[in-house]
Amino acid sequence: MTWAALIVAGVGCYLLKLAGMSVPQRVLDRPWMRRTADVIPVALLAALIAVQVFTDGQTLTVDARAAGLATAVVLLVLRAPFLVVVFGAAVVAALLRLAT
Amino acid sequence: MTRAPEQRSIVRDSLGVGIATGLYGTSFGALSVTSGLDVAQTCVLSLLMFTGASQFALVGVVAGGGSAFSGAATALLLGTRNTLYGLKLAPLLGWTGLRRAAAAHLVIDESTAMSVTRENRRDARTGFLTTGLSVFVLWNAFTLAGAVAGSAIGDPRAYGLDAAVGGAFLALLWPRLTSPVHRLVALAAAAVALGVVPLTAAGVPVLVAGGALLAGVLGGRWLDHDPEEASP
Repeated sequence: MTWAALIVAGVGCYLLKLAGMSVPQRVLDRPWMRRTADVIPVALLAALIAVQVFTDGQTLTVDARAAGLATAVVLLVLRAPFLVVVFGAAVVAALLRLAT
Repeated sequence: MTRAPEQRSIVRDSLGVGIATGLYGTSFGALSVTSGLDVAQTCVLSLLMFTGASQFALVGVVAGGGSAFSGAATALLLGTRNTLYGLKLAPLLGWTGLRRAAAAHLVIDESTAMSVTRENRRDARTGFLTTGLSVFVLWNAFTLAGAVAGSAIGDPRAYGLDAAVGGAFLALLWPRLTSPVHRLVALAAAAVALGVVPLTAAGVPVLVAGGALLAGVLGGRWLDHDPEEASP
């Protein structure tokens, strides 16, 4: 089942790229499409963050992951590179768990 | 003959982007195996899907207990922006047939950014191919390295790797929060997702948030203050 989902998603993502390269520009290049494509990643990433950090199964929770996220915010404000942000979030959460 | 230095600087900049992006394939590889995919599945994702945000989304949903199909749907929704990139790139790169089919696989955030601003086709192709190919090679190599390392370390929570996923998503989101509308959309989507968490299966809240946004864009007028559209 996992393999099927991975193949479908992988091939689908390729076809989305190919569609953009293949169809005439005027077919898809509408203002509302551009706006939608512009905000979809914002909405999905924000939702992923919320669910990833503040839930445990079907309950809402605040734990060491929230401290990791706060660390990521600080590092991003300081313009740290991607790997530093990811690593910093992990280290703070791990240290907090060790301490509690 | 003044073209050579320009080409060299495009190649140099593109390789820089390729190396920086390729390196964080390590974090994707490690997070993917700790979320429950195996090394082969992780590598196939990087080879076949090859679009970072979608890959992180898929393994993020699976890590949260969601089904692989919820993860796939989220990945596909995120992948729609590559369609818009392709629309911009097609006339600029001017490839057809098999070349276009092969080039399509390299359409990602970075290769688009490094080619759409070029003034002529040769520069655009150089930026696109150098960035696209260097990211592809390094992203896949570092995915494998991260996956092998990730499967050797045991409980991911002890290393805070579950918190690293949130950090990775935030780092992908951050550069997109360019306007009040984007920040509002982000807050609303997070609120909607958290609101439906107690009511739905894992993986579904993210899709609900995406669906609510689509309904808002299609049905509402709240994003209509688009300067491009306002001009006659």
